[in-house]
Amino acid sequence: MPTFVRTDKCDGCKGQDKTACMYICPHDLMMLDKDGSATGHAMKAYNQEPEQCWECYSCVKICPQQAIEVRHYADIVPLGGSVQPLRGSDSIMWTIKFRNGTLKRFKFPIRTTPEGSINPFGGKPEAKMENITKSGFFNQENGYRAGNPAELIRK
Amino acid sequence: MAGEFGKPEVIQEEVDILLIGGGMACCGAAYEIMRWADAAKKEMGIDLKIKLVDKAAMDRSGAVAQGLSAINTYIGEQDPADYARMVSNDLMGITRDDLAYDLGRHVDESVHLFEEWGLPIWKTDENGERHDGSKGLPALKDGGKPVRSGKWQIMINGESYKWIVAEAAKKALGMDRIQERIFIVKLVNDKNDPNRVAGAVGFSTRDHSVHVYKFKACLLAAGGCVNLFRPRSVGEGQGRAWYPVWNAGSTYAMAAEAGAELTMMENRFVPARFKDGYGPVGAWFLLFKAKAVNALGEVYMDRNKEMLNDYPPYGLAAVPASCLRNHLMLKEMKEGRGPIYMDTVSALAKLRETLSPREVKHLEAEAWEDFLDMCIGQCGIWVGENIEPEKKNSELMPTEPYLLGSHSGCCGIWVSGPEDLGAPKAEEHAEASKVPGHLPSGWNWGYRSMTTVKGLFTAGDGVGASGHKFSSGSHAEGRICAKSMVKFCIDNKDWKPELDTDVNTLVDQIYQPVRTYLEHKDYTTAIDINPHYITPKMLQYRLQKIMDEYVAGVATYYTTNAFMLKVAEEKLEMLKEDAMKMRAKDLHELLRAWENYHRIITAEAHMKHIQFREESRYPGFYYRMDKNFVDEENWKCFVNSVYNKDSKQWTVFKRKHVDLVDKSKLFKAAAH
Repeated sequence: MPTFVRTDKCDGCKGQDKTACMYICPHDLMMLDKDGSATGHAMKAYNQEPEQCWECYSCVKICPQQAIEVRHYADIVPLGGSVQPLRGSDSIMWTIKFRNGTLKRFKFPIRTTPEGSINPFGGKPEAKMENITKSGFFNQENGYRAGNPAELIRK
Repeated sequence: MAGEFGKPEVIQEEVDILLIGGGMACCGAAYEIMRWADAAKKEMGIDLKIKLVDKAAMDRSGAVAQGLSAINTYIGEQDPADYARMVSNDLMGITRDDLAYDLGRHVDESVHLFEEWGLPIWKTDENGERHDGSKGLPALKDGGKPVRSGKWQIMINGESYKWIVAEAAKKALGMDRIQERIFIVKLVNDKNDPNRVAGAVGFSTRDHSVHVYKFKACLLAAGGCVNLFRPRSVGEGQGRAWYPVWNAGSTYAMAAEAGAELTMMENRFVPARFKDGYGPVGAWFLLFKAKAVNALGEVYMDRNKEMLNDYPPYGLAAVPASCLRNHLMLKEMKEGRGPIYMDTVSALAKLRETLSPREVKHLEAEAWEDFLDMCIGQCGIWVGENIEPEKKNSELMPTEPYLLGSHSGCCGIWVSGPEDLGAPKAEEHAEASKVPGHLPSGWNWGYRSMTTVKGLFTAGDGVGASGHKFSSGSHAEGRICAKSMVKFCIDNKDWKPELDTDVNTLVDQIYQPVRTYLEHKDYTTAIDINPHYITPKMLQYRLQKIMDEYVAGVATYYTTNAFMLKVAEEKLEMLKEDAMKMRAKDLHELLRAWENYHRIITAEAHMKHIQFREESRYPGFYYRMDKNFVDEENWKCFVNSVYNKDSKQWTVFKRKHVDLVDKSKLFKAAAH
């Protein structure tokens, strides 16, 4: 199924019109089964097209109930392992369980600024129309590489 | 009034600039464009209306949705000319130096912004030890030293890469200028100028509405094309494509139907990756210094190195072209010395010889993070098969083919380049008369990154004949587009777009699969089996079977010939006809229907270009067995094409290739 939703944990995002997993899935896979007609479990989400799942974990990471896990592609992978994240505001924790029971845990940073704190044009100059056909962007962040003109052999 | 299934509400909107897509390229454009729009307002009193539409949610859309473990294009101390040389050689000599060079001089600006916004970038301290990006070492823009996993690549903690870049884009643009879950299906030409774009039409995947946009300019940056070939895994695992499975060729197909000139659509990328999970190999080769070996433990790049001499000069660079590395691997597989392995065991053992226990633990975490940041599915395979990389080697395998213009591929759309790099202004070659007369001559025609269709711009996977932009370069390329689109709109401020097709016809076309379904669904008892329609899934399987078996997919070890291509041509024509009978039983299936239509048009372009190019330019990616050589004299040229949406026919032709930077610096003498 690649991603699956646990019936004991999913709360359908508390009856809102769209669930977090529906919001985020890049491939339009997650569905809220409002009346239970598709799955037998009303007000819970499910993956409507598992063979199109990229296992990108976007839904797993965003689910507020940690109700979504991944059972890796059954046509490829032996059963029994699991790879489960817990994504916080500045880091992500991974719990990795092998088929043979070996357990590993890793924690990695994911961002160095608070979520929602980006001020895109704060402290940046305005653009000047006189530059619009020139090379370079409206702002210079020490990243423009003008290059050695001698390298351009047809100029 | 809200629509209902089969009777959608029609919402019309006129803007100046529409951004189609929400990936790295459109996020870059969204950021850059607002500053120039503000300047246009302040200095000229021109108030530009801008909108972005994405078929998914920007936080996790596009190729970087899952995250990345490296930024593959960061120039640093190197010269843009070095970068243009690398791009050219990896793509067997036929790229536009003007586009690569221009990207090279701009790209680091975007990387520096990513770091400012909060992307953790690994650093090397004064003792040469590497640290993750959360340790507060100086930023790149202030002289901080990145961890180079290769000449152009830097390591990051990139789980939230897209989330961060999208946050900046969304804030720059403002949410009132963004609409998510709108899938644009086709561009609409101008009523008075067939070589101009005036609008786009798509639908919501969340409610019953069709959206018709009119505009002066649009940025079409909707990714490359995945799953046009039968994938190696055909069960649940078919979703585990190497490139994102939601990249459906929409960029190429919509541009082609609008009349844009495509370039190098014969090019494809066949990445050699960890088998089945398609986990990245870059860090293993470049950072951990692992070797790829055959089943006998022999390093095939050494064993078969003479084969590189068959392809001068591209095989003789310090780093041979990607396709040639596949070429040497395929010899092992075909001669029965598979499986191919990444020798992770030896590589890690060697590294441990000089490391402290603390550093060994860090190294193990780095190896896992490489997958966890961008290809978690590979970890799924490792845990399922009890693979710990220090104890057991992992198989490598060349994948099914992918079409893209931002990674190690160069198919895409022919765009106007920068004017200050010495690019040709005219078309001077023996077959110049075969270039259709309405198309521009030379490599620039006024607006940077505009296609040959007036008002239609592209970036990222959309721009052909370049490649190796990756995430950072796609972002920078979107920013370059933003500027020139603003200029275009200022220059055309009094021009009013008029669609060449009336709105009701457009709505009928887009919702045809739904109407076909509603009209015929009760004819049979089984919903999927009905002579009046074809499901999008079966349409895709048929496409994949044709491409795999006749157009050099994995079934034939990437080989084809003129006879097989002729068969494919006929089968694709019938498939394209049958696409008019696609059914959609719900909005999700309507999305799949049009995605697969885009795949078919893209696949047809790929096939026509391979048919036209009478050589095998990319050994290891595909072989025309009837022309199994690289022919520098006749085919070191661009192969370009235009599509006529009325006659549904392609015109394919040559354009001359020239070097703007000296390539001889790349090559060593032939190995003996």
